[in-house]
Amino acid sequence: MGKPVSPNLKVKETRPMLLNVGPQHPAMHGIVHITAKLDGETVLGADVEIGYLHRAFEKMCEQGPYNNAIPYTDRLNYVSPLINNIGWCLAVEKLMGLETTDRCQYIRVVMSELSRVTDHLTCIGASAMELGAFTVFLYMIKAREFLYELIESVTGARLTISYARVGGLKSDLPEGFEEKCRAALSETRKVLKEVKGLLDTNRIFVDRLKDTGVISKEDATAYGLTGPFLRSTGIDYDVRKARPYLVYDRIDFDVPVGEHGDNLDRYYVRMEEMEQSIRIVERALKDMPKGEVSVGDFGRVLSAAEMVDAAKMGRTKGFHEVEVDLDPTLEGTTRRHHDDVYSKDKKVALPAKEDTYGNIEGLMNHFKLVMHGHGLCPPKGEAYFPVEGANGELGFYVVSDGSDRPYRVRVRPPCFPIMAALEKILVGDMVADIVPTFGSVNMIGGELDR
Amino acid sequence: MNLAEKVRQKYSAMVSDLASNAGEPVVIAKKESVKNFMAALRADSEFSFDLLMDLFAVDYLFWEEKEKRFEIIYNLYSLTKKHRLFIKVQVRETDPTLDSVAGVWPAADWYEREAWDMFGIRFSGHPNLKRILMYESFKGHPLRKDYRYNERQPIIGPLN
Repeated sequence: MGKPVSPNLKVKETRPMLLNVGPQHPAMHGIVHITAKLDGETVLGADVEIGYLHRAFEKMCEQGPYNNAIPYTDRLNYVSPLINNIGWCLAVEKLMGLETTDRCQYIRVVMSELSRVTDHLTCIGASAMELGAFTVFLYMIKAREFLYELIESVTGARLTISYARVGGLKSDLPEGFEEKCRAALSETRKVLKEVKGLLDTNRIFVDRLKDTGVISKEDATAYGLTGPFLRSTGIDYDVRKARPYLVYDRIDFDVPVGEHGDNLDRYYVRMEEMEQSIRIVERALKDMPKGEVSVGDFGRVLSAAEMVDAAKMGRTKGFHEVEVDLDPTLEGTTRRHHDDVYSKDKKVALPAKEDTYGNIEGLMNHFKLVMHGHGLCPPKGEAYFPVEGANGELGFYVVSDGSDRPYRVRVRPPCFPIMAALEKILVGDMVADIVPTFGSVNMIGGELDR
Repeated sequence: MNLAEKVRQKYSAMVSDLASNAGEPVVIAKKESVKNFMAALRADSEFSFDLLMDLFAVDYLFWEEKEKRFEIIYNLYSLTKKHRLFIKVQVRETDPTLDSVAGVWPAADWYEREAWDMFGIRFSGHPNLKRILMYESFKGHPLRKDYRYNERQPIIGPLN
């Protein structure tokens, strides 16, 4: 043992310390830079720096036709891309005054809600992992995998799905979707139950979330927060209820709200929202109008490649009586499903593949929609359409000058105001609270930086 | 009488015109009094716009009928009254300056920084008006219509 430091030594001054959290830190869920100003372990200030994932989404949307923006929207919130897809299409449809078919709307609701569940699963799983609950992460990713497989069977991809189209959907649901979906949802329910058992009464988890990252009702509104963050403070604002779109007004569901606006309430709100989303999906599956699947009307079934080859050689004579077997991973729709998920407006909906290859009207319609300078030309004007994204209100504001390209696209990213309020939320907490608070923000770089 | 007309009736001195976007009410406000107008709309119990949902700009460089180049659009929502109103303020290219509303809604802080970053619109009275998505040494304002989408600028940062 060395000699103790002189007992007369007094602390003359203390200075706040700056701590860089991120940009590349495993708990930063992407790339974001927080410069925290610390006094001991207390956070005195936090400078949040964003923009590392800026990919000029709004600028690039102005460069191409309306349908070309759909793949860009996949990459906004990449954990729930279907909601972005659908939100964009709804905004353009509003601009054009289009109404989609009933079946299409139900499918959009189902897909949106599945996305919301995957988003919340990722958010809770990742933030629980950061608090040491690795099992929860694995369980939740397992449940997410069931849903991703389901989404893959419909859209052909797991993340970059590009499923919605202006005026419709890329394709109808595959056969046997309903059973698969119910099975996946019951698996998800099991996982949620397990996770609740692991976390709800877990001393470490609850202690670290309770009373940390608190934001009051007044602050939450002043900062323009929406979604689970706002609802955790006790305000029941949900776009699906406040301004129902698609068929949400026909489906019964609850909007869970918290009370304290802390991390624990946000966890509870998200858990309950998943349950409600599952309820919505089940109800929507039950109510979904059946598309006319009248196989008898058509003759033999052609494979897509066979059809293309025959069309190239001009052998299109028999096409009006064949049916094409299109894999959902392939672009396009088959006639059998076409009218159920596409708007009746011929100027908007890409024709079914049998028509594109089989008759001149179909080919012309296709041509008019995909060639440069043609395509969708909404009337001059502007429209805003908000949907309930996984993090809050996701809105697309589209300005059209009457040409085939949007003049200006604005996304209202739900995480952006939350990140703006992050400093306010973090100040006064301890360093260790930065991680759970940041986890509950569910920051998605893609939509934050666009 | 829709919401925009009600607002005009009450604040006729600060409103210059009405419009609509796909059926939703839009108020075109005068630039000089924008801050007072917003503060009044927030405080007024008849409208109580407590949530600033969005704030962004549009560059109308190629629109002949628009006299002023920029339009700033405020997207307001009231949680208590459950209504939404869009407010537009037109700004000239020669003087793209506007009063900041960051004092009315703290949410405007980052939105205004983004509008400055992307369009070069200066918000006077803003506490910390610096770029938010682009880096400090970036030249120009990328969402302006005269900034080409394929324009490249040097990569910044330490080159080792």
